[in-house]
Amino acid sequence: MKKALFLSIAAGTVLTFTACGDNGGTDNTETDNNAAETNNNEAGNEGGEEASQPAEDQTLIFARGGDSVSLDYASVTDGESSRVTQQIYESLLSFDEDSFEIGPGLAEDWEVEDDGLRYVFQLREGVTFHDGTEFNAEAVKLNFERWADPDHEYHFADEGYAYSVYGTQFGGFEGDEGHVIEEINVLGDHEVEFVLNETLGSFLQNMGMSYFAMTSPAAFEEYGSAINENPVGTGPFQFVSWSRDDSIVLEKYEDYWQEDLPKLDQVIFQVIPDNSARLTALRSGEIDIMDGLNPDDIDALEGEEGIQMFERATNNIGYLGFNADKEPFDDPEVRRALNHAIDKENLITLLYADMAEPAKNLIPPDYLGYNDDIEPYEYDPELAEQMLDDAGHAGLEIDLWTMPVARPYMPDPERAAEVMQANFADIGVTANIVSMEWATYLEQTEAGEHDLFMLGWSGVNGDPDYFFGNLLHSDAIPGGNRNFYRNDEVDSLLDQAKTSIDEDERAELYEEAQEIIHEDAPMIPLVHSIPVLAGSENVQNYVPHPQTSEPLTEVEISE
Amino acid sequence: MLAYTIRRLLMLIPVLIGMSLITFSIIHLIPGNPAQTILGEQATPQAIAQLEEQLGLNEPYLVQYFDYVGGLLQGDLGQSLRTNADISSEILPFLAATIELTIFAMVFAVIVGVNAGIISAWKQNSLFDYTAMLIALIGVSMPIFWLGLMQQWIFAQELGWLPAFGRSNPRDPVETVTNLYLIDTLLSGRPDQFWNSFRHLVLPGLALGTIPMAIIARMTRSSMLEVLRSDYIRTVESKGIHKMSVVYRHGFKNAVIPVLTVVGLQTGTLLGGAILTETIFSWPGIGRYVFDAIGNRDYPAIQSGILVIATMFVFINLIVDLLYSYIDPRIKY
Repeated sequence: MKKALFLSIAAGTVLTFTACGDNGGTDNTETDNNAAETNNNEAGNEGGEEASQPAEDQTLIFARGGDSVSLDYASVTDGESSRVTQQIYESLLSFDEDSFEIGPGLAEDWEVEDDGLRYVFQLREGVTFHDGTEFNAEAVKLNFERWADPDHEYHFADEGYAYSVYGTQFGGFEGDEGHVIEEINVLGDHEVEFVLNETLGSFLQNMGMSYFAMTSPAAFEEYGSAINENPVGTGPFQFVSWSRDDSIVLEKYEDYWQEDLPKLDQVIFQVIPDNSARLTALRSGEIDIMDGLNPDDIDALEGEEGIQMFERATNNIGYLGFNADKEPFDDPEVRRALNHAIDKENLITLLYADMAEPAKNLIPPDYLGYNDDIEPYEYDPELAEQMLDDAGHAGLEIDLWTMPVARPYMPDPERAAEVMQANFADIGVTANIVSMEWATYLEQTEAGEHDLFMLGWSGVNGDPDYFFGNLLHSDAIPGGNRNFYRNDEVDSLLDQAKTSIDEDERAELYEEAQEIIHEDAPMIPLVHSIPVLAGSENVQNYVPHPQTSEPLTEVEISE
Repeated sequence: MLAYTIRRLLMLIPVLIGMSLITFSIIHLIPGNPAQTILGEQATPQAIAQLEEQLGLNEPYLVQYFDYVGGLLQGDLGQSLRTNADISSEILPFLAATIELTIFAMVFAVIVGVNAGIISAWKQNSLFDYTAMLIALIGVSMPIFWLGLMQQWIFAQELGWLPAFGRSNPRDPVETVTNLYLIDTLLSGRPDQFWNSFRHLVLPGLALGTIPMAIIARMTRSSMLEVLRSDYIRTVESKGIHKMSVVYRHGFKNAVIPVLTVVGLQTGTLLGGAILTETIFSWPGIGRYVFDAIGNRDYPAIQSGILVIATMFVFINLIVDLLYSYIDPRIKY
């Protein structure tokens, strides 16, 4: 389906949305006859329906707002770093091109044994790192051990490296109580086993994450802690140069294990900080794909000749959280009442240019265990006012804490606050907008200084635990659970779901948890936003992944 | 002259010490926990505590300051928290990018500004004078980001004459030696790249040079008007020397001191304050380096960036002061 969609772009489609989720199947393409004609003439293509010829210069320039922090992928969490390292590095497993469905990566096959306490991976043979080193089981063991052990010579603790994602995903580091990986054994040249001391539901999902990709052991020896600027992996592209805050240049790895891939000869990640300037560069043909389109520009670009748009499936939540430790938000009835007060559709139209879905649960709709049977709290100001009155809190005055920075899930927090302020005013609630510097904001909300606060969360491995465990489990107080939501029943459901390795069982547990959470209403789930990218119509086979980035292995540039 | 130079250099020492003190304390006056900001909103409390420990952020300020100055004296600007790289080497390409852009912008601003100012004074109250001064007025009050975006729209998007972003063609990277691309491209014998880098300089250079150009034009004009009214000019004129020569050789020489002051100040400002231009034109300069460092609460990088900018400012003032006494030997402090 998706392939067909892209072929139609080549034939002159002006606008394409590769949406996943609800309307993923509908054909949102629109064909401009003039554009089709010009394009076909240029390509000298009589048939008109066939895809254009590949262009001679297979260089793709991907423009983005900020630079990568480090190319030592596991030591940083910014999306701009993994956008690049995904091209250079590969993990044992890989995600499907547009979902978090796992499939083979550097491991061809794997088995789960001892009820999820032992995982055996059969590694792909004949894979080499960019420096010629062979990829084998020893390399896997070394990579995992260096993250797990802060004293490991390649953990680079003294140089200030911290592998926090490893800690988050595997329950801590070597020696920590919750650390689940007990040992890693090399069973053969291309066979490796992971022995866990406790089952972990998201173990295989984690293996697909770009944070847990494989670096060449020889490169650690050669570069030491400078590995962050000298990445050596097994991926489709190898590193050429990095000029900070400007561009990162990668070139095709000729000995890549997948035949005839990648199609591009060169990929350049170019920093263009200003959103408008980036769009200008796209329109003048200087770049091929841009991230970070202003929601306001989406309308203007629709139908523009030579430009196509890509939608990334939603993978985040923007929410308004309550502080359940404070009166009157300790009363679930008050929280439910305020849930009825927010007009999410209006918010989406005003702030997201319709590029968002209203949220009723914490996790995005594509996720395992998403409970679609939940009846959302409908927007109903009269009911909200009534409920608030019944709870004895009519005419409530609250502080509405507003994020000082824009995030994908919240492109314009200040305006969002004003819109919601008006919503609250409609039910007789006075909301005072409170804003402060970002780091202070995070600290103070963690400390529970707030009434209502605005925040969000983005997924990394497609696993629901990353959302629930960090935002609503009582263990995450103080921490990500800024709602100060404590419910033993929910905690126990989440714990079971986290350690279970049976997908159906996990799904059921999460569904049940969502029912209780919905009833308790610890937050007002606002939206799941849909990031939009724009590109030249000559870009073929580009499929945005719900993670913030994707390997460009299949991408090609046509004439 | 030598005694003056030495005295002037000695005066730098307290200035530099004061600067290091100020840059150091500014950082600590900003609210927020650096470890939290570096690790992001999704960080665990353990990770935050660990990072704080690692970076010595728990040390008393005094200890942190002396460590810092001690490092500075050995040419060590510390390590960036964000990239783990040595700042002293990391910052060089950014510095070079800014210097190249600033020089280009200032050359443009000085050539156009000085000449417009001189001619305006020479032909006072003429149509040229009025037009030039009106343009200068607009130039001084022009929001630079608006000017930049308009330039991009017209010259890159609509006309396609000039590139909209960056220092060079990303498809054909420049081999760097000095990081000043106009020099590097010549060193590697690539006149095509030289031309390309030059084209990349034009739009940001013009955008950046507009305000200084306007200020210089206005300053030159008023300074020239004063000089042209003086007696000795009338004497020179009465000797029948060509007007052109009177204005440029005899007039401008005596009007140059205030202009020089403005040029010096503007150069210093551009070196540190080009953040808007650097952002709009994706110019990887020192302004953006500091800006990004602030966004990431990268303490050592912020301190070093500001220190480098301030040092350049101080040294440009030094050069201007020395030039004063060279141009006008009567000036002695």
